[in-house]
Amino acid sequence: MSGSGTPAGAPARAGEAGVEGYEIVVGLEVHCELATATKLFCGCTNAFGAVSNTHVCPVCLGLPGSLPVLNRRAVELAIRIGRALHCEVRPSTFHRKNYFYPDMPKDYQISQYDEPINVDGYLELPGGLRVGIERAHIEEDTGKTTHVGGGGRIHDADYSLVDYNRAGVPLVEIVSRPDVRGAEQARAYVSELRAVLVASGASDGRMEEGSLRVDANVSVRPLGSDVLGTRCEVKNLNSLRSLGRAIEHEAARQVALVESGGRVVQETRHWNEAEGRTSSMRSKEEANDYRYFSEPDLVPLVPDADLVERATAGMPLMPAARRKRVAALVGDALGGEAGASDQVATVVDLGLDDLVVAAVGLGADPSLALRRAANEAAQRPEEARRLDATAFADLLGLEVTGKLSSTQAKTVLAELLEHGGEPEEIARRLGYEALSSDELAGVVDDVIAAHPAEWERFLGGESKVAQLLTGQVMKATKGRANGRTVAEALDARRG
Amino acid sequence: MTPPVGGATEIAARVRAGELSAASVLDEALAAIEARDRELHCFNSLMGERARERATEIDRMVGAGQDPGSLAGVPVALKDNICTRAAPTTCSSRILEGWTPPYDATVVRRLAAAGALLVGKTNLDEFAMGSSTENSATGPTRNPWDTSRVPGGSSGGSAAAVAAGMVPVALGSDTGGSIRQPAALCGVVGVKPTYGVVSRYGLVAFASSLDQIGPFALTVADAAAVLEAIAGHDEMDSTSLERAAPRCSEVLDDGADGLRVGVVSDFLADASPDCASAVRSAAEVLAAAGAKVDDVALPELLHGLSAYYLIAPAEASSNLARYDGVRYGLRVDAPDVETMNARTRAAGFGAEVKRRVMLGTYVLSAGYYDAYYAQAQRVRTIVARAFARAYGHFDVLLAPTTPSVAFAFGAKTDDPLEMYLADLFTIPTNLAGHPAMSVPFALGEAGLPVGVQVLAPALGEREMFRAAAVVEAGAPPGVRGPVGTRSAR
Repeated sequence: MSGSGTPAGAPARAGEAGVEGYEIVVGLEVHCELATATKLFCGCTNAFGAVSNTHVCPVCLGLPGSLPVLNRRAVELAIRIGRALHCEVRPSTFHRKNYFYPDMPKDYQISQYDEPINVDGYLELPGGLRVGIERAHIEEDTGKTTHVGGGGRIHDADYSLVDYNRAGVPLVEIVSRPDVRGAEQARAYVSELRAVLVASGASDGRMEEGSLRVDANVSVRPLGSDVLGTRCEVKNLNSLRSLGRAIEHEAARQVALVESGGRVVQETRHWNEAEGRTSSMRSKEEANDYRYFSEPDLVPLVPDADLVERATAGMPLMPAARRKRVAALVGDALGGEAGASDQVATVVDLGLDDLVVAAVGLGADPSLALRRAANEAAQRPEEARRLDATAFADLLGLEVTGKLSSTQAKTVLAELLEHGGEPEEIARRLGYEALSSDELAGVVDDVIAAHPAEWERFLGGESKVAQLLTGQVMKATKGRANGRTVAEALDARRG
Repeated sequence: MTPPVGGATEIAARVRAGELSAASVLDEALAAIEARDRELHCFNSLMGERARERATEIDRMVGAGQDPGSLAGVPVALKDNICTRAAPTTCSSRILEGWTPPYDATVVRRLAAAGALLVGKTNLDEFAMGSSTENSATGPTRNPWDTSRVPGGSSGGSAAAVAAGMVPVALGSDTGGSIRQPAALCGVVGVKPTYGVVSRYGLVAFASSLDQIGPFALTVADAAAVLEAIAGHDEMDSTSLERAAPRCSEVLDDGADGLRVGVVSDFLADASPDCASAVRSAAEVLAAAGAKVDDVALPELLHGLSAYYLIAPAEASSNLARYDGVRYGLRVDAPDVETMNARTRAAGFGAEVKRRVMLGTYVLSAGYYDAYYAQAQRVRTIVARAFARAYGHFDVLLAPTTPSVAFAFGAKTDDPLEMYLADLFTIPTNLAGHPAMSVPFALGEAGLPVGVQVLAPALGEREMFRAAAVVEAGAPPGVRGPVGTRSAR
């Protein structure tokens, strides 16, 4: 079950500025707000964007005497996340994490500490790399503070406003192992994780609304070393772009430090998007002693088989499994065809894999179905997701049998996406009568006559010239000819 | 002397029968408070107006042939760490200055639903930390038996209010003995139920794994009636047990025949002679009623005190973190938020609260957790095992409630450890989550009341009340409240 160990991915590319000769090692902590109707420990509405301090009650305001009661739905969604990430779902307990901050109503956060609900899983990225998941635990969100005046940070603000609507919103924190190498993989990891969280129904995945928040633990080490360097935790990464830039910057900073004979100090660093740099927030010595202890107001959370089954009922296939399904379908036809895994990732990413699978089930050519879905249908994903699989399969059939040229097929597909209908009927309306073999033979003969030099080279075995001749036939027939049929006609005339 | 108000069950019966108006009962209670609270200072605030509206409503219901509930017209005082919409909840601390909760505790809703009249909020040691009610920002409560002495604590206001006959019953909270110890020192009945039997929702937390709300009453029967009204599962408290309130009233006449009673001999050596001999006499009463009485040695229980003073402060340090000046209560302004937090807490908390918050913070700190907090949890397990061993042979245990009768003001304030010893015999029960109650049984040194403690295993309330009723019936006259105030000699 574990995804730990040396990842299959290549070391960070030397293309990342200023880190030549070094490997960038990244571990990611992703906070995911769960898409529950109510908060983790009370009945207040869990919604983004309401008027400040309107979704609050004695419990989420931490008023004296109030007590938490665990939200069953939040537990179910946490279990869905655990299962989607191939974790062991296990009996767990809650702890208090104690520190003072104005947006934390109780001045402690109820979280899970040494007994989290989900442990030891992995996330498989589109390239096949498995990133280990150490844990995915339940905790409550804090309120949101806005510092007014000064530099927008608490220490130089004129005053601060606190909105407790977010206080007590359920979170799952997903902690990866340090299996990610470099900025590009980190983005791929978060992007894939986001897809998994959305697919499992646990989250709306909106980074811009703070539904997903990412911290990156970054360290560097000389290529070939298997010892982890000292890490820095980078916070305030509000988009995939920030994540990538921050990791590149932070890695370059650390390499420069090491190269100049310095030493990386373990600390928490703040990413400043405008300045494009990280700066120190607090050192390890300044870090809070959270004084964790078992939360006496809650009882242990022991998910029995029933709960796990109910929680995961109706869970759809996760992206990695969907990629495997499509890849298996086209695998034989494709072999190791270049670009195929990108096309598979694209159709899964856009939710067009069901269309491909259904069309193939109806007899469509797998590789053509994948190509048309990933390249043409993908241009209009929303319409494509609504496309009737039978119509799609029929269209692919017309192309394979040569009744439509590929150019014609693409035009019919575009029409199909925009207005729907029957592919044959659309083709007829567009005047895409297939060329009769007599007509095609005439055109081929004309083209050969008009290009004697090229024809000689073709006969001499220069296969590249075939494309030129085919192109001329297509031009003469205004795209009505089928490329493969033309190639066959040319070959036939070679004798 | 004539009590200004009768017992709770008697009042309720007469009000429900239409023989007595709730309004007149309330008037009597408020008059008694008016007459005596200036001297005793049992109350931090009164809810007379709201109580009067309720009394009128109850009398109207009775007139209309409706039943207002099992505690119809019974005046009840609430320890001022139980949240009420109708009055501020101060925990006798400056830090909650000006704060009135926007919600009622579950016990408050249940008392109101049973027809009780909530008359006021009683004084306590700040945040329930103390054994004398001297650690109060509103000043100490005096013991109605002798106003130069403490009423015990931390629920001293509730105990004294019942002992002085201001109210027939009151609620307190018991974290390490805070109901039973003042009950013993004031000559009233005090019950600490099994952890989880009464909802903690709305009880301002001191040490969450130990806190439990329970009743004070003049009689065992009244205590049973109040417990039945407030107990039972509450979905707002995750640690609330999923079972109905124990029906203790049913067993009060069952006698002690066949009951197996163990006398905790280890405690007798540490108690003053009057407190120890009261336990022996109570044991004889039970034996005479047919109980099988024997001594039991449970030396582990004496280690409970040390474990308690690590666990309770640890939880308190976290529970009291929220009093930071940001959202409610006292705020002492400062240029930045950390300084504001610090100044607010420095000004708002009293010395004992600060001592425990610092102690608790220390024992949970990195590098010390295992040596202190984790070790204390192991001792807690040992205490629970010792009880389990005893309850293999006995239905209930008998022990002194306190090491001595009520002590004088200032006698222990300079030495926190001496004060902590006042809870030596009550603390093990909280560590185990068991029920226990104190029953007034004798007059000791200086004619002051002595309580005997009846302990039972988890959910053993019925056996506990059965034994308590027998002990109560066997007590000599004059050992319990209500008493008129005797001035200091």
